[in-house]
Amino acid sequence: MAQYVILIYEDEAAYANASPEVLGEVMKAHDDFTAQVPQHGAKLLGGEALEPTGTATSVRSGSEVTDGPFVETKKALGGYYLIEAPDLDTALRIGRLCPARFGGVEVRPVMTFD
Amino acid sequence: MTAADTAAVAAAVADAHRREWAFVLAATVRVTRDLDVAEECVQDAFAAALTDWHARGVPARPGAWLTTTAKRRALNVLRHRGVEHQYLPLLVEDATVPGPGDLLDDRSGGAELPDDRLRLVVTCCHPALDRSAQVALTLRLVCGLSTAEVARAFLVSEPTMAARITRAKKKIAVARIPYRVPSAAELPERVDAVLSVVHLLFTTGHTTPAGEELVRRDLVERSVQLCRMLRGLLPQDPAVAGLLALLLLTDARRATRTDADGRLLLLEDQDRARWDHRAIAEGAALVREALRARPPNRYALQAAIAAVHAESPTWDDTDWHEIVALYDVLVDVWPSPVVALNRAVAAGFAHGAATGLAALDALAAEPQLAGYGYLPAARADFLRRLGRVDEARLAYREALLLTENSVERDFLAGRLRELGRPD
Repeated sequence: MAQYVILIYEDEAAYANASPEVLGEVMKAHDDFTAQVPQHGAKLLGGEALEPTGTATSVRSGSEVTDGPFVETKKALGGYYLIEAPDLDTALRIGRLCPARFGGVEVRPVMTFD
Repeated sequence: MTAADTAAVAAAVADAHRREWAFVLAATVRVTRDLDVAEECVQDAFAAALTDWHARGVPARPGAWLTTTAKRRALNVLRHRGVEHQYLPLLVEDATVPGPGDLLDDRSGGAELPDDRLRLVVTCCHPALDRSAQVALTLRLVCGLSTAEVARAFLVSEPTMAARITRAKKKIAVARIPYRVPSAAELPERVDAVLSVVHLLFTTGHTTPAGEELVRRDLVERSVQLCRMLRGLLPQDPAVAGLLALLLLTDARRATRTDADGRLLLLEDQDRARWDHRAIAEGAALVREALRARPPNRYALQAAIAAVHAESPTWDDTDWHEIVALYDVLVDVWPSPVVALNRAVAAGFAHGAATGLAALDALAAEPQLAGYGYLPAARADFLRRLGRVDEARLAYREALLLTENSVERDFLAGRLRELGRPD
């Protein structure tokens, strides 16, 4: 078994402009997703949604403090899940299931230290 | 030992390398669960074959001998590495895989060895790997080319290619790309990725993007060989049959694509008697088989188009209406601007240069065709046929800017000269 992080990158503006119905659908999609993970041979270990990048503060070179995200991108990191899966094929199946209607996800293995 | 014996053994080892490398490596990876260690052991087995086969004769089944030798070597390496090896990232496999001890097999090779080549090739072409990495790994691990040879094939420096291969192998291990045959549900998609790699190898070899020669024989032959291997592993797969047909029918014209001086000859001017008629017969039979699947796959349709040319006794006999009809189906299953371009050219031969030119001009705004040299080259040809010399000249100049292949450049420059100087 190995651990993977599913990083969710989406268009923040789409969320800012979304109707309450759409936001409700997104919430439900995430609830459904977390319920489905075990049926696909993986285990959900954790995950969080992040406040928008407008609330972020970056600290560069250990000292300089700037307002905003470390890297400005069109799709911003908005949340993550931590999963356990036997291999990349399983992790990618979970990645495909993961809701990200205004963007997509990146699946990254977690480094192990023996 | 005589020089003749040495040469015969060297030839037998070289032949086994070409035929058996993938089989031996794929089986050894199951023991080592580490691509690098497996490669070293297989290389050692081929080196050992040179002396052993000299002393004891070439075994009846060279692949079985090499596999047994490589696996023994692998077990030794693993025993010596012992504890240290536990810390290396290991390839993930199916739980059903037998342990290392179960796999040894004697010299006579009576037992059937499991064929793991499909696992090996789908792992090399895993969709989580970049296409350039898929191609590099396939040449290195499935075809057994050295890093230097792979680098030469793709006109990049050896350190660049070595870095690309190392990165890909590391990703397979660290991200845990599994070493397994995909499930029946996943198989078509995974085979499609493998076929794309084989097709890319073929097209790169068929008309090299840059350089002095039109064709890179080594790449063309490797891709045909890979496709034959896939055909053996997946005899029922219509896409594999279609691609093999396409490669055979296209490559059947190889000897006639340039004249004695290495100048480009178009289909129109090729000596059809010198086409490889055995390859054409084999390809045509495969096309018929591949086209029985519904819906027809893109390779089968491309092969069917190649078959119309291959089976036409002369250029003037070409059934352009049949070719346009096949392109119409192809555009449906594989909508791509390049297919649309080829369809436009065929339409020009079926219905006249003006029709062809209009169809080409409709594609002028396709972003995917910006920088694609065959678009201005095809326009130039239709303009030339229509007697619109000034525009033809411009189009030939544009096409010249877009190819680095000197055989193609000479052809285009020759056409430009034939048009004469502007008034």
